[in-house]
Amino acid sequence: MTVTDAIHAEIEGRHNLLDKVYGSIDEALADIPNSAIIAIGGFFTAGTPVHLVQGLAEQGARDLTLICQQMGPGNEVLNQLIRNGQVKKAICNYPFYRSASRGANTPFEQAVRAGKIELEVYPMGTFIEKLRAGGAGIAGFYTPTGVGTVVETGKEKKTFGGREYLLELALKPDYAFVYAHKGDRTGNLIYRKTARNYNPEMAMAARITIASVEELVEPGELSPDCIHTPGIFVQRVVKVERPSYYPTIE
Amino acid sequence: MTTTEAKRFEGLPRELIALRCANELGDGIYVNLGIGIPTLISNWIEGRDIVLEAEIGMLRTGPIATDDEVDQDLINASCQPVTELPGSSYFSDCESFAMIRGGYMDVCVLGALQVSEKGDMAGWNNPDRGFPGDIGNIGGSMDLAANSKKLYICMEHTAKDGRPKIVRVCTYPLTVKGRVNMLFTDLAVIEVVKEGLLLREIAPGLTVEDVQSVTEPRLIIAHDLKEIEL
Repeated sequence: MTVTDAIHAEIEGRHNLLDKVYGSIDEALADIPNSAIIAIGGFFTAGTPVHLVQGLAEQGARDLTLICQQMGPGNEVLNQLIRNGQVKKAICNYPFYRSASRGANTPFEQAVRAGKIELEVYPMGTFIEKLRAGGAGIAGFYTPTGVGTVVETGKEKKTFGGREYLLELALKPDYAFVYAHKGDRTGNLIYRKTARNYNPEMAMAARITIASVEELVEPGELSPDCIHTPGIFVQRVVKVERPSYYPTIE
Repeated sequence: MTTTEAKRFEGLPRELIALRCANELGDGIYVNLGIGIPTLISNWIEGRDIVLEAEIGMLRTGPIATDDEVDQDLINASCQPVTELPGSSYFSDCESFAMIRGGYMDVCVLGALQVSEKGDMAGWNNPDRGFPGDIGNIGGSMDLAANSKKLYICMEHTAKDGRPKIVRVCTYPLTVKGRVNMLFTDLAVIEVVKEGLLLREIAPGLTVEDVQSVTEPRLIIAHDLKEIEL
């Protein structure tokens, strides 16, 4: 199955907007084909959909492009995808460990150095705005960030009101994996504290968003005034147990 | 000038570099603190009317969490467990960078690998690590440096091997061009002015010549030069 086939199957198969719940992670990830582009939420470990990433390692799709903050620091679960050789390219803003000695022993850094994984790095604000644009139907935007640095290489530069800006293009992933504190069967999501981070915009940007939720409730149980991600942006919901660990990025 | 000689002077410890910078911050301001010495500033501003922003998506970030306060859903951008304060708020990373890019941060304090006499700064890619010049941990540094109203740098005056970090022209990949306003090091307080680098304060026991000997560009000496006051 190609990415396009998977998206089509999702649209054709959509018949119950009141219940998007999948019984297991395996079922929710089953159709992810090789070469898919997948956005993965989470800032270090806060709000990282670890269960879905573990599921992807078992599911085995290859030649993947991952869009995520980092590849390992505080998010070691991603290393399994690297060890399995499933990742072709990564788009990040903070890819490596701070510590050179620790970083040198990670599979991701080794794969990048060996030229086995292509890596694109963007400033954090540009990174998430590219996803927001992808979700909001905007082709690109001009940002002042990165002017005069290597980030401007190959990009259109334009002056507005005497200040220079760079043209950055939208990112439109095939899938997004997000992590929410609460979700209802229709896909409405509520995040908790700083675990919100990249999740809302990644959910908006992807064609198929798979939400892992700690607490799954019936429609009507979440106050409509408090929804962070409305269900229209979420195609699949899976209940997971809250993981318990504390990360470090050194 | 001896830029190759590995000269070391006894200056302020990291905590006091942070304190000197904290004393420069006004009240009633929104501030973002980067990884390293800048993070230590939070220890010196408790009770003051300074709101800390964490780019992960939080305003009024509270002190570092202790034991039973630790919550994996509540961290700052340096991945440290933190706490809430009355008036705290959470938002997405996208909204966080709308604030930062939109120019709402009054001051951003970052660490740096190099700062030039023109106020350029390099801090995200250490060539010693051997990556190509376009990949590294940019994180939020470029957005913060390019768009905050004021950019302060807290860092050691020289690299571990004694090489000057304050240079005529940055040789490491830049974070931003011409945005640095003030530099706080273990040896000095320096303001970036139109004419170059203005030496305003020096650490106790040091002479202007000492500071100059580990600084690549020629320093302009303030007419009211004084010892760093804490």
